[in-house]
Amino acid sequence: MATREVSIASSVGLHARPASLFVQAATATGLPVTIAKAGGNPVDARSILMVMALGAKHGEVVTLSAEGEGAEAALDSLVALLSRDLDAE
Amino acid sequence: MAGDAELHCTFHGIGVSAGTAVGPLVVVTPPPKAPADEAPTTDAAAASATVHQVLDDVAKGLDARAASAAEHAKPILEAGAMMARDPGLAMGIDTQLQKGLGVATAVTAAVEEYCAMFESLGGYMAERVTDLRDVRDRAVARLLGQPEPGVPSLTVPSILAAQDLAPAETATLTAETCLGIITEAGGPTSHTAILASQLGIPAVVQAVGILGIPAETTVAIDGGVGEITVNPTAQEIELLAERKRRRAAALAGGTGNGATKDGYPVALLANIGTADDARKAAKQPVEGVGLFRTEFLFLDRDTMPTVEEQTATYTEVFQAFGTRRVVVRTLDAGADKPLKFADLGPEENPALGRRGIRLGMIRTDVLDAQLEALAAAYKATGADVRVMAPMIATQAEATWFADKVRALGLPKVGVMIEVPAAAIRSKGILYHVDFASLGTNDLQQYTMAADRMQGELAALLNPWEPALLDVVALACEGGAAMGKPVGVCGEAAGDPGLALVLAGLGVSSLSMAPGKVPAVRTALGLHTLTQCQQMAAAARAGTNATEAKAAVMAMADPVLADLV
Repeated sequence: MATREVSIASSVGLHARPASLFVQAATATGLPVTIAKAGGNPVDARSILMVMALGAKHGEVVTLSAEGEGAEAALDSLVALLSRDLDAE
Repeated sequence: MAGDAELHCTFHGIGVSAGTAVGPLVVVTPPPKAPADEAPTTDAAAASATVHQVLDDVAKGLDARAASAAEHAKPILEAGAMMARDPGLAMGIDTQLQKGLGVATAVTAAVEEYCAMFESLGGYMAERVTDLRDVRDRAVARLLGQPEPGVPSLTVPSILAAQDLAPAETATLTAETCLGIITEAGGPTSHTAILASQLGIPAVVQAVGILGIPAETTVAIDGGVGEITVNPTAQEIELLAERKRRRAAALAGGTGNGATKDGYPVALLANIGTADDARKAAKQPVEGVGLFRTEFLFLDRDTMPTVEEQTATYTEVFQAFGTRRVVVRTLDAGADKPLKFADLGPEENPALGRRGIRLGMIRTDVLDAQLEALAAAYKATGADVRVMAPMIATQAEATWFADKVRALGLPKVGVMIEVPAAAIRSKGILYHVDFASLGTNDLQQYTMAADRMQGELAALLNPWEPALLDVVALACEGGAAMGKPVGVCGEAAGDPGLALVLAGLGVSSLSMAPGKVPAVRTALGLHTLTQCQQMAAAARAGTNATEAKAAVMAMADPVLADLV
């Protein structure tokens, strides 16, 4: 199981357009990626509803996890995505 | 013309897309509901397969529409398709099916679970509830063997009325066939509002009762003021056209900083309530925020928002305005808008009770946390932050608050003047703080001893009331004596005529809904400071509100009549 921690860079937090971009990218990996807030249960990162319900704010640290071939590289790309201010782009 | 010609009435809602139109009403029929007596699910696996197939069909249908839709509509339709394919939604539905709920009932229940969660989060998230329910309606219709709901094809240019238009419905509208949009639900940041203004279609939301009007009835809509007239007379239609011309003139006032004809500056600022408001207002030619109401962070919550959460929101707002000023009002809650986590219990007269700074002085933990977050957001952004307290009545309250704010390193501290005592003795209060902002709505309620919520007392609450102007004048005199700025952030600030009077009284900034700024900017630019002072004197010389207004209008440039 590969895991990564990353702080949400988007100024609006992980909802609206940033959440949508993230979910699309997570789905595109073809892997069962999960996302969790500190101390919270991991949720399916391919679900826009669950990701929005997570309500991760700007600056909040989330944990990404995935299993399977290419999981490390997939998580690295998702970490890179969340490290950008997606709303400003 | 078809429809009940006898019926002549008006409806009021929130105007979300300026412009006017007259046309026949097309009512969007409500989507089918899951039947109350739906057969329960006995084979959860089979039912799950059926529902997943239907959701996939819904997604494909939305994708197909997205492919042929106009550029602005694509993301909305694609977002709907994404929700229909959402594994979280599928999981939620499966859970309901395993409980034995019928297919349509299970879809409805699963969707409602997410809706309830999103509604509790408010703002952007709450607005997404419309997208989710659209997916539900389409899926439920398919499960019941009915066509997917939606806007009927408009054969003649018409005005649409609906409970709320789903994004997938508004996405296919064009200004050629859709003359106007009216909804009973929805909000200023709903899809309907955003799309309508992008397309230049006049729109009014929150027009409760409009669905009671029969289809084909001729209606007139004013998306600026939020008014709908059923079976308008020729005269009313002409008035509407005239309003349209007036508005065009109001918008011709440029985008510069607010100033009188002879260059006396009067800052034109925006009133905002959320980070979303801030992002929108920041794009407008305003000089900053004159009133950032922070209540939205606190109301409808079971627990106090954390300092971190507040800091993030304030940072977002400050960043949106860059170097422009942001005047933040600390939490203004009390008995009429109680906080679940800081409820002091019912009061006989909530408006005269423990609200505003009075609540802040009791629940210092709430105020301290807010100020800490504001200080952190200020340090993070270096923005022009000015913090003010609501409902200040005495010097003691002002110093208590100012000491707290300054101890945290926040650069500027002010007070709201809403209580007549504070206006009368503004000099003493301003001795302790850097600025004051007049909340004319509450100031009038307290000056006239007339409850703002009592519709029957509206005559006592006309903002042209000379007694209110006298109280404003007293507050401004204190400001002038102390050399400290006094602004206005109540409704009066957005009235182009009253704005002149307020400028004449010595007010240095006017804060209002961003949409009202252009008309006020134009009005100020047409008059010199001396003229404003003369108008202020004439208004105060009136024996009542009507006289005060008439006196000002008579002295003003004729164009002012087109702006009001």
